[in-house]
Amino acid sequence: MRVACPFCGDRDRREFTVQGDDTSLRRPGRDAGPLAWHDYVHLRDNPAGRLHEIWHHDPCGAWVVVERDTVTHAVHGVTLAREAAR
Amino acid sequence: MRVPGRGLTQDARLVPFTFDGKGHAGRDGDTLASALMGEGVRLVARSFKYHRPRGVLSAGSEEPNALVTVEGVPNTRATVQEIWDGMSARSQNAWPSLAIDAMGVNDLLDPFLGAGFYYKTFMWPRTLWERLYEPVIRRAAGLGRLSGHADDAPFEKAWAHCDLLVIGAGPAGLMAALVAARAGADVILADEGARMGGRLLAEVDPVEGRAPHLWADGVVAELREMPNVRLLPRTTVTGAYDGGTYGALERVGLHRAPVAHRPVECFWRIVAKRAVLAAGAIERPLAFPDNDRPGVMLAGSVRTYLNRWGVVPGPRIAVYGNNDDAHRTARDLAAAGLKVAALIDTRGEARIEEAGFPVMTGARVVGTRGRLGLAAVTVEGVGGRREFEVDGLAVSGGWSPAVHLTCHLGGKPAWDERLQAFLPREGAVPGLVACGAANGVFSTAGCLRDGLRAAGESLEALGLAVPPVEVPEAEGEAGTVGPFVLASGGRQFVDFQNDVTVKDIRLSAQEGFQSVEHMKRYTTLGMATDQGKTSNVPALAVLAEALGSPVASTGTTTFRPPYTPVSISAMGAGGQGVGFAPQRLTTSHQAALQRGAPMIEAGLWYRPSYFPRPGELSWRQACDREVAMVRHSVGVCDVSTLGKIDVQGPDAAAFLDFVYSNTMSTLPVGKVRYGLMLREDGFVMDDGTCARLGLQHYVVTTTTAAAAQVMRHLDFVAQVLRPDFDVQCVSVTEQWAQVSIAGPWSREMVQAVVEADLSDERLPYMGCAEAAVLGVPGRVFRISFSGERAYEIAVPARYGASLWRLLVAQAESLGGGAYGLEALNVLRIEKGFITHAEIHGRTTAFDIGMERMVAKGKDCVGWASSRRPGLLDENREQLVGLRPLVRTGQITAGAHLYGRDAAAMRENGQGYVTSACWSPTFETALGLGFLKGGRARHGEVVRLVDAMRAVETLVEVTEPVFLDPEGGRMRG
Ligand SMILES: [Zn+2]
Repeated sequence: MRVACPFCGDRDRREFTVQGDDTSLRRPGRDAGPLAWHDYVHLRDNPAGRLHEIWHHDPCGAWVVVERDTVTHAVHGVTLAREAAR
Repeated sequence: MRVPGRGLTQDARLVPFTFDGKGHAGRDGDTLASALMGEGVRLVARSFKYHRPRGVLSAGSEEPNALVTVEGVPNTRATVQEIWDGMSARSQNAWPSLAIDAMGVNDLLDPFLGAGFYYKTFMWPRTLWERLYEPVIRRAAGLGRLSGHADDAPFEKAWAHCDLLVIGAGPAGLMAALVAARAGADVILADEGARMGGRLLAEVDPVEGRAPHLWADGVVAELREMPNVRLLPRTTVTGAYDGGTYGALERVGLHRAPVAHRPVECFWRIVAKRAVLAAGAIERPLAFPDNDRPGVMLAGSVRTYLNRWGVVPGPRIAVYGNNDDAHRTARDLAAAGLKVAALIDTRGEARIEEAGFPVMTGARVVGTRGRLGLAAVTVEGVGGRREFEVDGLAVSGGWSPAVHLTCHLGGKPAWDERLQAFLPREGAVPGLVACGAANGVFSTAGCLRDGLRAAGESLEALGLAVPPVEVPEAEGEAGTVGPFVLASGGRQFVDFQNDVTVKDIRLSAQEGFQSVEHMKRYTTLGMATDQGKTSNVPALAVLAEALGSPVASTGTTTFRPPYTPVSISAMGAGGQGVGFAPQRLTTSHQAALQRGAPMIEAGLWYRPSYFPRPGELSWRQACDREVAMVRHSVGVCDVSTLGKIDVQGPDAAAFLDFVYSNTMSTLPVGKVRYGLMLREDGFVMDDGTCARLGLQHYVVTTTTAAAAQVMRHLDFVAQVLRPDFDVQCVSVTEQWAQVSIAGPWSREMVQAVVEADLSDERLPYMGCAEAAVLGVPGRVFRISFSGERAYEIAVPARYGASLWRLLVAQAESLGGGAYGLEALNVLRIEKGFITHAEIHGRTTAFDIGMERMVAKGKDCVGWASSRRPGLLDENREQLVGLRPLVRTGQITAGAHLYGRDAAAMRENGQGYVTSACWSPTFETALGLGFLKGGRARHGEVVRLVDAMRAVETLVEVTEPVFLDPEGGRMRG
């Protein structure tokens, strides 16, 4: 499996570290309350199909959002997390 | 026996080899199977369960019977193994010899050894399993034997990328590769065989008006000259994976005498934009009583042995089939001057031309004779029963396209009633197109055309134009195939490798194991090393008949990688010994080795454990001395392995406030602060120091173990959580060598090399400065991990070794010297400093007594979670110090803590020990650990029990800081 790092191009998946879905792009405020924080820290959807995930390209240090199909393993798009977060 | 005037290797030189110690000679280019057949050897193996005599069945990697041990490697297929000068092969599974096998008695026990035998017989009593059943079964059954030694032969792995991977170099594959290569595509052509050509090497029907192998040779020669083509003979593509990735196993050294350093095999990972599957088809046997005697072979394979290698199992051969292709075998045998005893076709309607040998249609083989090899077959036809004396029987139950790779991503093949075969489903593996026999196209002309089509589709997808190519003239008749027929009674083998019979499958159906997957597990059909290549479809036909349902609705089998067995040594090539993992060495590594320091691995780093001196008999003596050195004079330690991260930018301060639980924005320039990082769930991630070198410039340190994780985390916070901060982080661990100088005389020593005022006023405890170190721009930090006055000097890495040598020499002149990781650990335990033994992922700032370091007035990673009531419960396990009541008491890391009088049971567990040492300073064992409500229990006596090491000690709970709790020694 290969993921296209926006800086480095097509790279083997072994160069990446996966962090799970992209919930971390929607971090609650400090005082959002226990429920919001529980949701943020612990709960994740597990869809069969397309999912936005956060991956780290270890050699260059870029965090990227990978749109990946959990059934076919096809990668449908890669964007810089810095841009997705804005 | 050899057949005069036949075979492609007639002029090849003779190659001597041995089989079971007996000398033989074959021709260069022979497989072990063809060479033995040439020598008149039919009996080559004993079967797995019943120890029945077995011979060669096939001419390829699908072989279920002819497994041998070659030069110590078990389960080598004689049909794939090429012979080489002096090669030694041995039969397996037979004792004392192939001809007289003691375990052949199993064959007589057949009524007791049927399907489900293990499940039914050995259920009870359970205790007999280990002592009796298992050893007996293991001795009686099995496939070859392992040496019991590590495989020290060299193996290799390799990666390749290409536009088009063509799998198989028969007519379809060669055509596809030729077209794609001429179109300019980057092509890899992989083929299992030593010589490319596939069935073109096994047939006589002309291609382009000449012998088919000549056409193949011509194409291979053209491909070999093209720079955009890589030929991989002796390479089996074993698996299809995500993203156009294929695994392939190349036999590099197996076909020739071993040479030091030449790999035995190479495991390839090939990434192909497109792939063409031209893997051909596998012929299947027919079931009839005693269909496994040596001499019974697949009809297509008999043709291969005759036409390619010029050998046959004997002068008299009968042919038995349910399809037209079998007739070719009879034709070729007769043309070679051999006696075709009979051509037996199961189909009543079969049309057979005048042939010069007896032909029986609508007939069946109902039995065979012969003790260690086939002697006669009995045929039942319209005119009753008749026996033919033969040396060989060529059998064909039709051909199964090699669809295996198309199923590796979960795709199921589709049953084709007309071809009586499973065909690949289009798109089952994205980017892969099947063609030729693998696609159910069985005539040579059809294969050539289909190869062109597959290449065309692939080239179109690659955006390349299809060059004009003429399809050569070839035989175009594919013939027809009848249904799989069954006989009744006797031992009719379906899976030859696992000794599964028609009766076993029927029994499985009768006992309720009716789904294919259940049947396979109940009978073990298809679960041997050949994965049922020849048996899956016949077994399905038997099951369908038993259930009274058509094959199409009975099910399919699941094909998983690898297509053929892959040695673990090949997959794991390079995965052991020196060179497997990178070695990270400090700049003082050589100097430390010169002083005799044994190295200890810390992640990928190598750090000196201690520095032995003459007269010291154990590491403890060296460690105790080094601790005393630091406490009383001065010690030097390379601490470069700690992670160092440079943080700069207008928002560096705000960023670090967000990353650390405590506040770094208030840190004055020229100061260092201890910092704690939390995970978002509120637990401690790492600790370290944060030095402010400028208003927008910090250097933070991490523990050695967590350096990479913290760097990734800082990137994560900067890019994902807080992209609004203008800040840059970069790891500078390798760029700076850093040395700690600790002890009462450290200032004098450091002052000698650092050109800066080191007075306590100018550089107090937790101060830092950029300063020249012997003329080199460096940094000095006044931080301590020992509890003594201490400094860390950082210089660019290239000066690290000289700085370390110089400092150690100076320290030695003052009665001190270098100290290693053991002493470092004792020093920090005495002072109650924590490491990842304590912040092991399940402890909070509250647990280690640092909840005040979670600043209230700001947000930080982990802030919200750290406020959860459960993480602030007074009864949580909290960091404490532990000291034995008596001086001889032992403390061991991993020991558990119980109430003084409570039994050492899980229910009574109060905590555990994380770090322990012998403290030369206090002349007692000391420990750090976690104890329920521990902060309120100082002074209490608890029981420490280490069941693993048989240690039991009464210990007093103390403050975790044993040495100088007020910190006067550090501050000076
Ligand atoms: Zn990158």
